[in-house]
Amino acid sequence: MNDIVVKTEDVVKEYRMGSNILRALDGINIEIERGEYISLMGPSGSGKSTLFNMIGALDRPTEGQVYIDGQNMSQLSQRQIAAFRCHRVGYIFQSYNLLHVRSAHGNVTLPMIFAGISEKDRNERAEKLLDMVGLGDRMYHLPDELSGGQRQRVAIARALANDPSIILADEPTANLDTITGREIIDLIKRLNNEQGVTVISATHDLKMLDVSDRIVDIRDGLVERIRNRDEIEIEVGDVGGE
Amino acid sequence: MQQRTPIEEQIDLPFVESLRISFQSLKIRFGRSIITTAGITLGIAFLVSVWTNNEIGIALQESGRQSTINTFEETTEQGISTKDIWLIVMSLIVCVVGIANSMLMAVTERFREIGTMKCLGALDGFVVRLFLLESGFQGFSGALIGALLGTLGAVLLGLKDYGLDLFFYFPLLPAQPENGPMQLGVIVVILIGCILGMILAVIGSSFPAWRAAKLPPAEAMRTEV
Ligand SMILES: Nc1ncnc2c1ncn2[C@@H]1O[C@H](COP(=O)(O)OP(=O)(O)OP(=O)(O)O)[C@@H](O)[C@H]1O
Ligand SMILES: [Mg+2]
Repeated sequence: MNDIVVKTEDVVKEYRMGSNILRALDGINIEIERGEYISLMGPSGSGKSTLFNMIGALDRPTEGQVYIDGQNMSQLSQRQIAAFRCHRVGYIFQSYNLLHVRSAHGNVTLPMIFAGISEKDRNERAEKLLDMVGLGDRMYHLPDELSGGQRQRVAIARALANDPSIILADEPTANLDTITGREIIDLIKRLNNEQGVTVISATHDLKMLDVSDRIVDIRDGLVERIRNRDEIEIEVGDVGGE
Repeated sequence: MQQRTPIEEQIDLPFVESLRISFQSLKIRFGRSIITTAGITLGIAFLVSVWTNNEIGIALQESGRQSTINTFEETTEQGISTKDIWLIVMSLIVCVVGIANSMLMAVTERFREIGTMKCLGALDGFVVRLFLLESGFQGFSGALIGALLGTLGAVLLGLKDYGLDLFFYFPLLPAQPENGPMQLGVIVVILIGCILGMILAVIGSSFPAWRAAKLPPAEAMRTEV
């Protein structure tokens, strides 16, 4: 039997703006297996970030259900949702979303403070994680003192703080140059390989294609098609030839 | 890695941790904190100076002294003029609006931070407590400085109007003259200023913080300031 981590059932999200209703998601059904690397692709405004928010419990769907680890998210209490965000998911955003009043180290320890981990343990773990993402020598710098790529590394270390089963990344490379973007993708892929963490990433970045196990194409709030790795390789060839 | 274990309930943070996080936040944001605090200081300084000035006026009238500068105010039977009541009410309004506004601005520019903290597992209650602590501290220090500055201002004005007589009849403590209005005294006015500043700062900050904490994180993080 497959081990399904994320399952969405007819997920609809509508935004109300005055008298207008905008249907950002129009019935999304996907299943994601544990340990997969999934890329959500699609044109701007197609609903990638909206789906990201639904899977990460950052917003509630208008209709439909999201199941994570077999648990129906709509049935969780506020406290359970907070614990879910704290322990099960690591979020990575396009604009890093670091707390600018806390150092790199302080950003990485915060989710562990929320998890109730002792000061000694969380300091040790933060150092280990920052070392792993290559920031061992910049631990106590504030985000403002770091480059974009370095900030995204802090965000990745922070996302891993409580050993989540899912990494959700919304266009993690969009603000970075090609080489730095490549490094960030490789880092995320390494975590996927070595720690078996499931990665779900919204992206426009074609560099993401060749590390993905599957690509979900989203268009107008619907899943247009799902491509497997073997189909992807052909398409990457096509892109290169254009 | 957690497998299919049921999702537990998020724990409350020990108070000391909240305190540490809030002080750290005030410290690193020092420049911005000072500006917000200055908003409180100004509001309270204005209120306390007007009020203390009024107390001084009444006290010297009670004592039978006249202002060296003759004021043509018609005094009510209690000895407090409608113009003075007006002034106090006006300064109170300016103070309330000024403080509420500076706290609201300070919270609004931190919506994104609130959303981010919720992504990392913060409970709504933690967010509110953080802002309560920060604004309580800012409110108290800002209001205390404001009250002292306001008193100083009123004393200088009083010196100009009454000369050194001011110090013989200085209304430091509450008093109830036989046929005059109850006098609160400057100490009580300072106390009221401090408490009012703190309460206004705390409400002005915690209420918008509570609203932001209630938002889904996706909404809170969308707001750009
Ligand atoms: N909070 C909101 N209020 C109103 N409309 C919204 C909101 N969030 C998203 N939308 C709309 O929903 C649609 C999908 O937006 P979404 O952000 O999911 O797109 P996206 O695929 O992530 O695009 P991009 O690649 O540009 O990030 C868009 O038309 C957007 O304008
Ligand atoms: Mg997006």
